[in-house]
Amino acid sequence: MELIWEGIRKAFELLRTLDAEVLGITLFTLKVSLLATLVSLVLGIGTGTVLALAAFPGRRLAISLVNTGMGLPPVVVGLFLTILLWRNGPLGGLDLLYTPSAIILAQTVIATPIIAGISLSTLQQLPPDLRLQILSLGATRLQMLWLLLREARLPLLAAVMAGFGGVISEVGASLMVGGNIKGSTRVLTTATVMEAGRGNFDLAIALGVILLALTFAVNAVLTHLQQRERPR
Amino acid sequence: MSALLAVEGLRVERGGTTVLDLPRLEVAAGSVLALIGPNGSGKTTLLKTLAGLLAPASGTLSFQGAPLGRDYRRRVTMVFQAPLLFDTTVRANLEAGLKLHGVEGAERRARVEEVAGRFGVAGLLDRSARNLSGGEAQRTSLARAFALRPELLFLDEPFAALDPPAREALLDDLAQALRATRTTTVLATHDQGEALCLADAIAVMHEGRVLQWGTPQDVFNRPADAFVAGFVGMETILAGRVSAVTPGEFQVETGGRILVVPGVATLGDEARLGVRPENVTLSAHAEGPTSARNRFPGTVTRIVPRGPFFKVDLDCGFDLSAHVTPTSLEELALAPGSRVEASFKATAVHVFRS
Repeated sequence: MELIWEGIRKAFELLRTLDAEVLGITLFTLKVSLLATLVSLVLGIGTGTVLALAAFPGRRLAISLVNTGMGLPPVVVGLFLTILLWRNGPLGGLDLLYTPSAIILAQTVIATPIIAGISLSTLQQLPPDLRLQILSLGATRLQMLWLLLREARLPLLAAVMAGFGGVISEVGASLMVGGNIKGSTRVLTTATVMEAGRGNFDLAIALGVILLALTFAVNAVLTHLQQRERPR
Repeated sequence: MSALLAVEGLRVERGGTTVLDLPRLEVAAGSVLALIGPNGSGKTTLLKTLAGLLAPASGTLSFQGAPLGRDYRRRVTMVFQAPLLFDTTVRANLEAGLKLHGVEGAERRARVEEVAGRFGVAGLLDRSARNLSGGEAQRTSLARAFALRPELLFLDEPFAALDPPAREALLDDLAQALRATRTTTVLATHDQGEALCLADAIAVMHEGRVLQWGTPQDVFNRPADAFVAGFVGMETILAGRVSAVTPGEFQVETGGRILVVPGVATLGDEARLGVRPENVTLSAHAEGPTSARNRFPGTVTRIVPRGPFFKVDLDCGFDLSAHVTPTSLEELALAPGSRVEASFKATAVHVFRS
């Protein structure tokens, strides 16, 4: 118990004194995870929309794959990306391994199916005739898609939260493709693992508390956006 | 009246089976065509196809004599059985279609005001569409469609989900809106009362086919087959003109005869009346006085057995049907060609439109 309190005290100490390294790691984590979420948002909503609305052979299989992807173990993603990005691997020429871009790539692979899966089920839950109703009000196909997504905006915000929560908290992929390099690819989760491994429990707890606070803050903002529109 | 929309050889398939097979159907400009038939008879599929929302497997649709153009979907609109409102305010819902049509500024505001007033949602404009009752939501949906001033309007059972008082009130407002705007309309309904209140022409549908297509009098008085007869019920439908108005009642002229009808009407208006055959009494000529206000001599044209009674069709200058018991049939010695007197009370006349 003592250890936890000491950790929390130390965390606030680090935050209060704006410890350069901790601040750097925090901002870097936020940047990487927000970017990955943003990219996943575009890819995920796109994929979800196509799967929900279009009819093509292999659609069911694609939906099963997306649903499976929603539970993709980050460590497995990390492993495959490491193999792909390895110097002699198929994508080795890109020189991405152990760079921030590799972490963003890995987190995008993790978050995209989550956002795609939620978008898919959200769009499928809208009344089937709504599409026809929008078209018969004079919308083009593109306008129809936009209005459908707008109808689904609240659950889509939930998809964003789930995606962001998934990537900011994962450690396996970031560690494998990022390498936890100080000042370059160290994020809160990998730093926490490292400090705990070294026996620096107070620092590990401090990093953990910051991670929690960060996740809470981002979700609070999104929740506020979502609940503002709740039926009164 | 010329056909605004004409359909020929239309076939719609779903999953390899034909769900709609329609050799010919036309919608006259400025008229209201009612598609009536039981649930699952293909009314909604037909509406969606006519509205350009569903591609037929074969057949041609022409609008104003030409094949449907790219802009067709923007010239017509459809109101579905569920209100399908956007999750925003009533005002934004009424504006939604106008925005898609590029109607801006003062014109948009004016149109929203107009339709909100017409459908009684002016007081709800700033409410969230989520908090509307079923009737209010359907009013908003209809107003949203009328705001577009469509050249052709498709209505799919707009009253089906409403409770009777809400339904009655909306039926009145819709009838008024249709008459005021002269919007050419195709309405799907399973309720013959709605069809009689609103429609100039009726198409009876069953299992993806139109069994009969004609004026309400045709369809109701001369059903093409047993299914139509069973579905439309057995009411005699009369169309005429209001020829005199007195307090509490009015007279309608049809086929050279005058009917006395309770209610309020405007002189010269078109009137559509219904008389149920069980309310019509037949008697031999020159029988004593009765309380029935409407008495007409007529000739029997047809006698059809209908279970425990007979349905006797008469020509009284207009078509009229009566139900008689086998005993009365014998006493009056009724046969095709025999002369009888038909009578019914003024209150037995049901007014559909005046």
